[in-house]
Amino acid sequence: MPRAATLLRLAALALLLAFLLWPQSFAPLFTPLTQYGAPPIYDQGNLLSLALAQLGTVCLAAAASTVVAVGLGILVTRPSGAQFLPLSRTLVNVGQTFPPVAVLAVAVPLVGFGEKPTLIALFAYGLLPIFENTLVGLKTCPPAVLEAASGMGMSARQRLLSVELPLAMPLILEGVRLSLVINVGTATIGSTVAAKGLGEVIIAGLLSSNTAFILQGGLVTGLMAILLYDGMAALERRLLRQVALD
Amino acid sequence: MIRVEKLSKRYADTTVVDEVSFAVERGSIAVIVGTSGSGKSTLLRMINRLVEPSAGRVLIDGHDTRSEPAHLLRRRIGYVIQGNGLFPHRTVAENIATVPRLLGWDARRTAARVAELLTLFGLDPGTYANALPQQLSGGQQQRVGVARALAAEPLVLLMDEPFGALDPIIRAKAQEDLLAIQRRFGMTVLLVTHDMDEAFRLGSRVAVMSGGKLLQYDRPAALLTHPADGFVARMTGLAERALRLLSLITAGEAAAPGVSDGPAVAATATLREVLSELVWSGADSARVVGADGTPRGRLTLAAILARGTP
Repeated sequence: MPRAATLLRLAALALLLAFLLWPQSFAPLFTPLTQYGAPPIYDQGNLLSLALAQLGTVCLAAAASTVVAVGLGILVTRPSGAQFLPLSRTLVNVGQTFPPVAVLAVAVPLVGFGEKPTLIALFAYGLLPIFENTLVGLKTCPPAVLEAASGMGMSARQRLLSVELPLAMPLILEGVRLSLVINVGTATIGSTVAAKGLGEVIIAGLLSSNTAFILQGGLVTGLMAILLYDGMAALERRLLRQVALD
Repeated sequence: MIRVEKLSKRYADTTVVDEVSFAVERGSIAVIVGTSGSGKSTLLRMINRLVEPSAGRVLIDGHDTRSEPAHLLRRRIGYVIQGNGLFPHRTVAENIATVPRLLGWDARRTAARVAELLTLFGLDPGTYANALPQQLSGGQQQRVGVARALAAEPLVLLMDEPFGALDPIIRAKAQEDLLAIQRRFGMTVLLVTHDMDEAFRLGSRVAVMSGGKLLQYDRPAALLTHPADGFVARMTGLAERALRLLSLITAGEAAAPGVSDGPAVAATATLREVLSELVWSGADSARVVGADGTPRGRLTLAAILARGTP
């Protein structure tokens, strides 16, 4: 990785942490955006805890999406599960095309306000990239390698765990990364149903016509998404240094 | 010993392998040749049950291959395919250790076997054990593929066009290596190829297949002198049959007592090579010498030509 890019990322991380830990020190920057002496920095809750809550919700949803999407991907690439491919694709596509706001609207009467409807919406929204990448990863394993694995005497399970999944891992991780990044932004809508998150800051800004609040919520969310994307990419490179594919 | 009895494979209404029967002697090399679509690969893959036969059976050392789960059977049978199928995410040593690990060998025994095989195949363990397959040349990858198949000391080795992807010089070396390894370990080898020269070079018996049927299974010389039908004759090469016949006999076998002032040829050279040497040098006889340089008699042009007719 180029040095300059690394420095830029470190600087972004430092900026994000500084803002979350000592938001008041950034007040002079935001004051020009406020009117009639409104507070320049969000003061109705702790920004750090809101950001962490949002990150937690996103990670939890991504973990659930990963388990389900990878599981489905494995199922439909087995000879016995191939018939479920069209059905699984449809389900996952619906999860992606159904607007998360609509999912919230449907979920709230069922599970109540708070964290749960947000988790459901993000879970459904995050399935598609992971599922499709898992499919491609498993389907593009070189046939000679699979033939050799069976020919050596691996059982179907051993072949899956020690050959197919390791070879598909770069693509699966890329899917997880996409899913995570999409959902960091999407998660802000959770605040409309009382889930803790940076959406609160944006909504408060909208309600009180405070541009500074809107910008703070948006910027922190955006920075988190960028850093998460880069962090995951770095983690993948580390994990996959062994899995050098040609 | 591998005994194949009335083995057939049918898919819907096409018959890919049609009631094939033959036996491979323990510790010998048999080669199946045929054009593409002749069913030769399917036949091979039915022996380790990568393809399940529709009818008939396979006995290895008297045991029906269906008497145990397929994946357990395969751990006892070496398998080499064209393009190697090496695991790209595993090191050379890990690739070779695949079957020993599946069989639960302890780490020390596995490591010793891996080092032994690497050395045997001319790959320095210090340099190559921790390399990834794609860091190796094609010829080296092929050798690792064979080493992996031999890791758990199988009594039977199946090879599906193992040298198909190699250039001619590396292929000749790989064939020599296989003959040496087979002599050393004494396993039974069944190899599939479409290359007749390879079949004649390696096989003590050659099976010719076409359209799913086994046309003839015989010693290479018999295929040339007594082909079962026109197809076998064409496969074995009508234009080259005399030279092919000569390539099956070594100078040491054909040498007669006597002295010659012609060129010296190794006892291990084939009559085809000796003939070429005589044509080239314009001599009418050659001096046959052993590996240590001792005289082993002579070969006249007339004697060589006499061996090239049925």
